[in-house]
Amino acid sequence: MIKHSDKKIENAAATATVAAGDYYLAEIKAGQTFRIVDLEGNQAADTLFYCADDPTERYSAMDTIREQGNLYLTAGTVLKTNANNSMLEIVADTCGRHDTVGGACATESNTVRYDLEKRCMHACRDSWMLAIQENEEYGLDKNDIAHNINFFMNVPVTKEGGLTFEDGISAPGKYVELKALVDVIVLISNCPQLNNPCNGYNPTPIEVVVWD
Amino acid sequence: MLNILNPTDSTSRYTTNIDGGSHWSVLVRRGVNLRLTDLEGGANVGMMFYNPVWLSERYNAPDTLKCQHTFKLTQGNCLYSDMGRIFCSIIEDSFGWHETMCGNAHAQHVSKKWGGRDYQSDRNAWQQNGYDSFLVELAKYGLDRTAMVANVNWFSEVSADDNGNLKLTRQSKAGDAVTLRFEMDTLVVLHTCPHPMNSEATYPKKPIRLEMFKGEPVTEQDECLNHCAENRRGFENNALYLLGA
Repeated sequence: MIKHSDKKIENAAATATVAAGDYYLAEIKAGQTFRIVDLEGNQAADTLFYCADDPTERYSAMDTIREQGNLYLTAGTVLKTNANNSMLEIVADTCGRHDTVGGACATESNTVRYDLEKRCMHACRDSWMLAIQENEEYGLDKNDIAHNINFFMNVPVTKEGGLTFEDGISAPGKYVELKALVDVIVLISNCPQLNNPCNGYNPTPIEVVVWD
Repeated sequence: MLNILNPTDSTSRYTTNIDGGSHWSVLVRRGVNLRLTDLEGGANVGMMFYNPVWLSERYNAPDTLKCQHTFKLTQGNCLYSDMGRIFCSIIEDSFGWHETMCGNAHAQHVSKKWGGRDYQSDRNAWQQNGYDSFLVELAKYGLDRTAMVANVNWFSEVSADDNGNLKLTRQSKAGDAVTLRFEMDTLVVLHTCPHPMNSEATYPKKPIRLEMFKGEPVTEQDECLNHCAENRRGFENNALYLLGA
C-alpha cells in the first residue's frame, strides 16, 4: 500500500548516509520514527531489529508473516518479535512491497547461488558480523544474526510455489518509514551484492533519517 | 528396535511412533535416511536442523528457498545451512508441498483456538504448542530462543495468492511420507504440534511414524544432486567439509 509521510527532513533528529557494503547500527527509542531512503533505486537494505532491553527478543519473519497472513511488508504491517510481541509498525511506504522471505546474501550462500569461487566476495552477513564485532556493547553474536527484512526488494511467490527475484518496484528516492513501538536496536547491511541483476550489478547508498 | 550388540549393522533400522502434540530431538549421522509417515492424515511435523559440531550453523530457510528458486519443499530439494552446506536431501515425497515460512503456534494461539495447555488435567494429552516444544528441546543443547530459525512444517501446504495472502491449503492424508537423506551429521529437533494456521474445531493430535535406516550413497544420477546447478555446488561444499573424514 502506497502511503506518503508528512515528516520534513529539516525536523529530523538525525540523518546518516550508508554507502553500499557498509552497515548501520543504532538504537531507536519507542515513539521515534525511522525512515530508510533508497537514494538511487533498486538497492536492498537488509535489516534486523532487536529489543534494546533484551536482544534475544528480535524481529521474527515467521511471526510477522503468520500474524498478518501475508508474505509482503508494507504500510500497516506490524513487525513481530520471536515472542510474538509487536515491535515496530510501518507507517509510510512509497514502494508498496518489501521482502522478508529471501534472506540476506552471505559469502557461503554466494558459493551455492553463483559460483564456488565467489566465496571471498563481500556479502551482507559479513557486514553484520563486522558490526557485532565492532560494537560489543550491544551484546550481539552470530546466534543473533537471523532472518531479516529486505527493504526495497521484490521477491514474489507464485501460486504454484515458485520464488522469483524481480526488480522494478523501488526507484530513486522511494522510502519506507517505521515507528518504534518499543526501544529497538536496528542493524542494517546495505547490500553489496554484485552478482544479482536486481540492482543492475551496482549497489548504491541509502539514507537513514530519525525523528523524535 | 536396534540391537545394542550390533549397532553398525547396515540393516539396522529404528522405528518409532510419535503422538501428536509431542517433541523430540535426535542426532542423525551422515548416510542415514529419516522417513516420516503421517499415520492418520492431517499431521504436522515442525523440524529444525543444527550442526552438532558448531551449533551456530543451522537450517536456513531463505538460503534453501532462493538457491532452488522455490517457495515449497518437495522431492529433489535440499535443505541448506547458513554456511552453504546441505544438511539433508528430500529423496522421496508423496505429498508434494511442505512449507518453511510460517513458524510455530505459540501458547496464546493454542489457548485461543482450543483452550489452554494443562498437563495437570490432561497429562500427555495436553495441548502443547510448537514454540514451547522447540524451546524445551533447544535448552537440552544449551540453546535458547536465538537459535529458533524458520523451521520446516512437514505435511502442511501453505500457498500465496497474487497479493501475498497466505492460506493453509492442504494437509497430508494417511500414509503420506517424506524421506530425508542426511548429507552430514545433523542434530534434528522436531515437534508434532498443529500447524500455526490450522483452524480445526478441536486440537488436531495427529501421530506420525519416524524411521531411520542406512541410506544408499549419492550417485551421479541422483535427483537432488541434479535438481539444479546450485545443488551440485552445495554438494561440493559438503565434500570440502568432509575432506579427509
